[in-house]
Amino acid sequence: MTDLGIWAVPLAILAGAIRVSTPFLFVSLGEVLTERSGRINLGLEGTLVFGAMSGYAVAYLTGSPWAGVLAAAVAGALFGLVHGLICSLPRVNDIAIGIAMMILGMGLAFYFGKPFVQPVAPDLPAIPLGWWSDLPQVQAALQVNVLFLIGAAAAFAMWWMFRATRVGLIIRVVGDSTDAARAMGLRPALIRTLATAAGGAFAGVGGAYLSLYYPGSWNEGISSGQGLMAVALVIFARWNPVACFGAALLFGGAGALGPALQSVGVSEGYYLYYAAPYVLTLGVLIATSSPHRAMTGAPGELSITK
Amino acid sequence: MTDHGISGPATGAPLRAMLARVARRAEAVVLPLAALMAGFAVFSLFLLMQGKSPAEFFSLVYKAGFGTAFSWQNTLSRTAPLLFAALCVALPARLGLVVIGGEGAIVLGGLAAGALGVSLAGAPAAVALPLMALAACVVGGLWIGSVGALRYLRGVNETIASLLLAYIAIALMNHLVEGPLRDPASLNKPSTAPLADALRVGDMPGWDVHWGLLAGIAGCVLAWALIDRTTWGFAARIAGGNVRAAQVQGLPVGRLILGFTALGGAFAGLAGFFEVAAVHGSANASLASGYGYTGILIAFLARHNPLAIIPVAILLAGFEASSGLVQRRMDLPDATTLVLQGFVFVAILISETLYGRLRIFAPERWSTR
Repeated sequence: MTDLGIWAVPLAILAGAIRVSTPFLFVSLGEVLTERSGRINLGLEGTLVFGAMSGYAVAYLTGSPWAGVLAAAVAGALFGLVHGLICSLPRVNDIAIGIAMMILGMGLAFYFGKPFVQPVAPDLPAIPLGWWSDLPQVQAALQVNVLFLIGAAAAFAMWWMFRATRVGLIIRVVGDSTDAARAMGLRPALIRTLATAAGGAFAGVGGAYLSLYYPGSWNEGISSGQGLMAVALVIFARWNPVACFGAALLFGGAGALGPALQSVGVSEGYYLYYAAPYVLTLGVLIATSSPHRAMTGAPGELSITK
Repeated sequence: MTDHGISGPATGAPLRAMLARVARRAEAVVLPLAALMAGFAVFSLFLLMQGKSPAEFFSLVYKAGFGTAFSWQNTLSRTAPLLFAALCVALPARLGLVVIGGEGAIVLGGLAAGALGVSLAGAPAAVALPLMALAACVVGGLWIGSVGALRYLRGVNETIASLLLAYIAIALMNHLVEGPLRDPASLNKPSTAPLADALRVGDMPGWDVHWGLLAGIAGCVLAWALIDRTTWGFAARIAGGNVRAAQVQGLPVGRLILGFTALGGAFAGLAGFFEVAAVHGSANASLASGYGYTGILIAFLARHNPLAIIPVAILLAGFEASSGLVQRRMDLPDATTLVLQGFVFVAILISETLYGRLRIFAPERWSTR
């Protein structure tokens, strides 16, 4: 193996950005869909973990990783549906419901996931895009998972949907003004519930990526706040699906910083690098929030920006 | 009968006024209890679906959490950090802020107390212990106070910011106890150096429960007095209802937000202080044991009323104290407690929709004919 010296670090960060970003991407796309309809779902962390468990369990039992992805999407949609239905009741706080669903999702995932910590489920396939290089490190870095490509395509598709389709317009109207939506004969509660359910399905798929590809196993520490960071990332991306894709790559790279430095022998302050994604998220939140004016691009009915 | 209200106001009115008062108060007690029962009911169904007996579960919880003097002591020892953790949620909630990162203040408060305690070895306990507690309060207060500052100065969402800061706090603690603050003798579990025996907080006389319980109850009473009996608490309630209105009234919204979040964080820091000085004897990863998250549920169950936090915290501490035994006896996974908490949490939030809508609690149903 060729020794790349210090060049191993940016390469590892690039590899990490591609590998680590996928769950961020799916969760943030789901959250964009939900928030554009005027609701916030803070429970996607729980959905992500439950998606990871159910995807892993179904992939192990059926032998097909794609069956696992499907199961995770269905489970995520169910969590989103419950969140959406409860939030449709008058005077129920969507932020608090999100916290409760996060606890419930993690509890159920750990409860049912216990028998699946040991068994090995089949992995999702990856496409070797590094065939042109002789360096094994580059080839390893460019092993791109199919779900990453699907997520990237979904980001552009969702951007187009909001911009140019009837469904996208309906979601945007409901998210910007409940009154205007009612005047148009739309049913805001129903549309928000459906958008939350669809958002949950995205988060579930993000979880399946965690357990079925990278890191590629199921355990109780599988997610350490990726679901929550993805929610913060949506604010940074200004509710724009394509910007979410870029932000997810950035966060993936930040998450890979610690392991990358460790691989070239920098082990000092390992835990501090581990904190890098959280610090970056917080920094991004501080930089992009504003106390005085409404945030550009923010849906009008969203509780966190009111 | 129609002229009853006219002919007998002297006897009927006080009774009806009292009934109206009782009805209004009862809503705040009956609805959370009903929601708790609903949560338990859903959890029981969940257990039945697994072929487990809910009756066995709850009777084991009762036996191991509240059945004997020993189990009471176990429960009450776990109550102390939960009281503080719940205050860290309940105080900012008065201002309408949902702060869920108390775990971070617990961890760093405990670390500050542990590190200071090591360097104060040999100092008299009467000096060192208050200093350690103060350090924990200051660190916890700064940590959660910064969430309030970010909220007020930059409009950063406090729920997300506080949880991110909790992750950062745990990483910071791991870094410090594995590196600069590590006791070389702690091999398997990196920790700060153990506190001198003189700097350990002991048990209350006649009990096997450390002083943290009394401090936690005192904290709840203080917080209640602040919210219910001072102009600061009153101003906070107005600001929590409508920030614009509060600003128009000339209320110092910024100082209220900073003060209430910092005070909540200081209480959470104290939880860390007692965990280090009374339970573990040194600061290590055991500080991040989830008390901060259980505190969120307690505060919501208590509807952010500091006095109601006391019984709710004891109840949930009983569930946590009994979890080990219940899981072994019934062959349930560790996450059973988390599932139960999740169901109860969802039920309590759904019950919010019923306030003011059930006619039985409406004062006018009782005060007028």
